[in-house]
Amino acid sequence: MSFNIVVLAKQVPDTRNVGKDAMKADGTVNRAALPAIYNPEDLNALEQALRLKSKIEGATVYVLTMGPARAAEIIRESMYRGADGGYLLSGREFAGSDTLATSYALACAIRKMGKVDIIICGRQAIDGDTAQVGPQVAEKLGLPQITYAEEIIDCSDNKIIVKRRLERGVEVVKGSLPMVVTVNGSAAPCRPRHAKLTLKYKHAATPTEKQESGSDYTDLYSSHPYLNITEWGVNDIEHDIQWLGLSGSPTKVKQIESVVFTAKESKRMNASDVEIENLMKELIANHTIG
Amino acid sequence: MNNIIVYLEIEDGIVGDVSLELLTKGRTLADQLKCKLEAVAAGYQLDRIGGQVFPYGVDTLYLADDKRLAPYTTLPHTSLLVTLFKEEKPQIALMGATSIGRDLGPRVSSALFSGLTADCTSLEIGTYEDKKQGKVYENLLYQIRPAFGGNIVATIVNPDCRPQMATVREGVMKKEIRDAKFVGKTKKLEVAKYVSDTDFVLEVIERHIEKSKVNLKAAPIIVSGGYGMGSAENFKMLYDLAAVLGGEVGASRAAVDSGMAEHERQIGQTGTTVRPKLYIACGISGQIQHIAGMQESAMIIAINNDPHAPINHIADYVITGTVEDVIPKMIQYYKKNSK
Repeated sequence: MSFNIVVLAKQVPDTRNVGKDAMKADGTVNRAALPAIYNPEDLNALEQALRLKSKIEGATVYVLTMGPARAAEIIRESMYRGADGGYLLSGREFAGSDTLATSYALACAIRKMGKVDIIICGRQAIDGDTAQVGPQVAEKLGLPQITYAEEIIDCSDNKIIVKRRLERGVEVVKGSLPMVVTVNGSAAPCRPRHAKLTLKYKHAATPTEKQESGSDYTDLYSSHPYLNITEWGVNDIEHDIQWLGLSGSPTKVKQIESVVFTAKESKRMNASDVEIENLMKELIANHTIG
Repeated sequence: MNNIIVYLEIEDGIVGDVSLELLTKGRTLADQLKCKLEAVAAGYQLDRIGGQVFPYGVDTLYLADDKRLAPYTTLPHTSLLVTLFKEEKPQIALMGATSIGRDLGPRVSSALFSGLTADCTSLEIGTYEDKKQGKVYENLLYQIRPAFGGNIVATIVNPDCRPQMATVREGVMKKEIRDAKFVGKTKKLEVAKYVSDTDFVLEVIERHIEKSKVNLKAAPIIVSGGYGMGSAENFKMLYDLAAVLGGEVGASRAAVDSGMAEHERQIGQTGTTVRPKLYIACGISGQIQHIAGMQESAMIIAINNDPHAPINHIADYVITGTVEDVIPKMIQYYKKNSK
């Protein structure tokens, strides 16, 4: 019995460690100054997928990502950790997509992948923090969803039991496959699996990458078919062009401003007893405290 | 028709604060747009919902009362909203940016092909000019939200699709009763018309929701710690100071991520937004995403051993020193002078 797991992953600029040169003078984001990384919660999702794979006989894990040619890096990274392979969905037709157009494109690609038992993705990506793509892919595919998953407790006999992490508690839910599951950052991270299979998959590449590298590895890829990363353009998926890219995006960006906080005139002091005592007296006198 | 609808989150028969905050904002927007403010409650035994929400100026309350609608599960609530929105054609739909609203909102927006903006920090009404098409749109909802880890603020609009949908985190908007005596209309929905039996595919086996122990939003004084506190041991000093001053303990994302404080204490864009009369920032460097959640505090004291920490720019008092040194002294001299 085959059991097909699809992980949706995104390559994102690392917005958590933003340096001084991350913003250009005109207030736009300097993407070049931000390193591109594997979206953190998608790594949690990959880990959940790999755990399922190890428990279910005949299970496979394939990663699907939409992005520019270089986004193939995260598919390779997934393979180093134990994924069987991946699909890169790429092309200018997808540019300018908001979450809805992205979800439509991903849903079309998933349909093309054939029978899928479970789709796992991170709850949200750190560049937008919207948490919308998972549920929207589920809706487009007509599948139920379990969001905020912290642990897949059981997945057998076509049933899945998942522990969800909510703001003020936990919830355990049970549903039938196929299912879309979005994984929380509080779930098991992917670290333990880092880089185990780097040597095996170092040369995994998309057709575009093979072409750009210029070297002739034809024999390598025909004798090692698992090194081929599938690359799909708009014509490889069944789609209606009006739902892709800008025309498929109901939200428009009216304006973008960089964040500047107005500085205050502050009173500076040191940690001496006199200074601290004076401060506390002042705060008591003006009824801020006490 | 063309009204504003707020989806109400209900736990144990109580409407969540986030929903009341959205009603407050929704009321203001409805006045501006000269339309009605409506609310929809889906759950079980909803008789007491009206009394909780009408004071916020709700003109129409839709009730979908059915045992199977509580606790929340995705598909039945989605079907209910999708069908209701097709009938009522609201121009704006608002939900909490919670584990419910962020599960439900995207699903509804996808089914209706209407744009959704997550985690808005401000909602306003304004015009939008589409220069390419030479079209001007009046009275659109500006959905204003931070992006790129808080480094930019984007204004998003949905020119053509309705409803214009947005989610907002708890604590971002203010909650304010409009008229304690006001009573709007109640419309009971026939649930079977909106929700199909096949929507009930998910079974909730277990559910533990704790009443929040921490109330950052209502605290007049917040003593907040960052990564610079160094250890969970040091973090305990903040509880001592907060106890003495009669305040609550908050934390930056870095302190929460490193396990020094619980998630519900997090202040900032991805946590709670606070406006206390005194905010004491201890060992917090002041990343944009933190400052966005506390800059409206009436008074800010920053304690940091780095004299150039970004938080110092927005502080009223900057104490350069170590937290181990400063906090015990604050406790000592407060006790000495307060009696």
